[in-house]
Amino acid sequence: MNWVAIRMLTGDRVKFLGLVFGIAFSTLLITQQLTIFVNLLMRGASAVYNVPTANIWVMDPVGRTSDVTLPMPSTALDKVRGVPGVAYAVPMLRSAATVRTPEGKVEGVTVVGLDDATLIGLPSKMIEGSRESLAAPDTVIIDGVGANKLFGKMTGVSGTRLELNDRRAVIAGVVDATPSFTAGVILYTRYSNALNFVPGTRNRLTFVLAQTDAGRAPADVVKAIEARTGLRARTSEDFARDGINFIVENTGIPINFGITVVLGAIVGIAIVGLTFSLFIRDNIKQFGALKAIGVTNGTIRVMVAAQSALVALIGYGIGLFMAAAFISGTSGADAFKGFYMPWQIPVITAGIVIVIIFLTGLIALRPVLKMEPAEVFR
Amino acid sequence: MNAAIIIDQVTKDFAVGGDSLRVLHGITASINSGELTYLIGESGSGKTTLISIIAGILYPTSGGVQVFGTDIYKLTDTELVRFRLATIGFIFQQYNLLPTLTAAENAAIPLIAGGMKRADAVDRAKALLDKLNIGNQADKYPRAMSGGQQQRVAIARALVHEPRLVVCDEPTAALDARSGRRVMDLLRDVALAADRAVIIVTHDNRIFDLADRILAMEDGRITSDGAHMPQDHG
Repeated sequence: MNWVAIRMLTGDRVKFLGLVFGIAFSTLLITQQLTIFVNLLMRGASAVYNVPTANIWVMDPVGRTSDVTLPMPSTALDKVRGVPGVAYAVPMLRSAATVRTPEGKVEGVTVVGLDDATLIGLPSKMIEGSRESLAAPDTVIIDGVGANKLFGKMTGVSGTRLELNDRRAVIAGVVDATPSFTAGVILYTRYSNALNFVPGTRNRLTFVLAQTDAGRAPADVVKAIEARTGLRARTSEDFARDGINFIVENTGIPINFGITVVLGAIVGIAIVGLTFSLFIRDNIKQFGALKAIGVTNGTIRVMVAAQSALVALIGYGIGLFMAAAFISGTSGADAFKGFYMPWQIPVITAGIVIVIIFLTGLIALRPVLKMEPAEVFR
Repeated sequence: MNAAIIIDQVTKDFAVGGDSLRVLHGITASINSGELTYLIGESGSGKTTLISIIAGILYPTSGGVQVFGTDIYKLTDTELVRFRLATIGFIFQQYNLLPTLTAAENAAIPLIAGGMKRADAVDRAKALLDKLNIGNQADKYPRAMSGGQQQRVAIARALVHEPRLVVCDEPTAALDARSGRRVMDLLRDVALAADRAVIIVTHDNRIFDLADRILAMEDGRITSDGAHMPQDHG
């Protein structure tokens, strides 16, 4: 009888398309919003993701995230280097600054000072120029999103002179970095240059980036660093999570996106529920006739389940495709740069769609199950 | 003739507001195989309630009904549904065809519900539609058919699984006189046999002369039982 059920549903094209639209719209809204939410959260950890060559971050004990920290004395670097299990450790300076372009545009930037010798902390993929160009005096490498923000383009900016905190800085290249949560401009430079660019206090060292010896568990080395130096140390994974949690705890973003996701589910329930109920109501006499003829309530449940499953499959497929197309189509834009859809999101959306279709199917089915077959004679 | 249906002291009460309204008052009757039996009466006389109980789709308050020897209200719910599917064919006043299925697919429903393969069921339904002279309409949808043609499809649906009992609710009410008589002739030709029975609930005095037996009802009781229309029904 499932074939009969499917024909009953697909034959009523307006309602069938309405049901598919309801599920597709819900799927699109939920998937797209969850994807943006997750990727925005992950930007809270972009500073960590941009440094794949260190698996431990060491900071002042009050430090919380890559942007919420207190500078340390330069002796901290030597202390970390002296901890057993640390293969190497390099300094990193992160500080806010102001930059003025030749056109007079002023922008707040983050200056990131990297170890002069190794440039550990510089993202690996260059859009323009080379890492080595940072060896020249007063040079900086700008991130792609930042270049776009300052100059409206990602290439052809090398050689441009900037006024960085009243000092001359020359752009030597453009690097492909994961944007920060605020998608601000990031200028990478050598540590020694950064000390000149950023006016500072006695303590200037923001982080020590460390890599553990092969075979040593980062978590164990973190404990050792904290015990021997009195500083705060975090594995890359934990520090990335700290950045994400900071956004979750200190912004209204989770609530706002949560509301949108709930609204998506409610809209889905409303559209699908109403349309499904209308469909059942329009066919109530036919269902009654089927019951009189000898179709059991159990079979009718299976028939409605088949109709629900068809609507869910098609609607979910369309919605997911549209969400994926949106993410893929906008991934070139700065606001969505690097966004991707983790596999968990389609799974979560599928779960919500199942709940929507189950609830609406149940509501729509009730009058049929309650209907006495004798009613078709009245 | 054998008694196809034995109705024994059947009563039926409906709850109306806080009260109980008795619509059938201990009806006892039998309906024979090989006969076209009409149930007639004014609106509210209880004939629809009685036919619903005979067809196994409405439980009586008391009493019992035997259909070809089976005491149907002693069956479990599932057994009763299976019994209906195997033994009873239904023809409804408004046809109740599924609008998104073709005539042949509609007619095939009882066979599909009984577990037959769809293609085989549709083939068998088409053969019956041929017999009912609407074989050329087999692939049409109900909306593209006249009322008479739809009623023939409904008859095919009622007969396709060869039930021994056919119950009809006002089968000619929506048809003109000529079409109505054709439908009745058809029912007599196709549905009736020595081991089968047809019961028709009707108001339609244009077809009273086609009955083998007429049971007239009034106020939940059978007031007349004979081969002809009682004098006070015209």
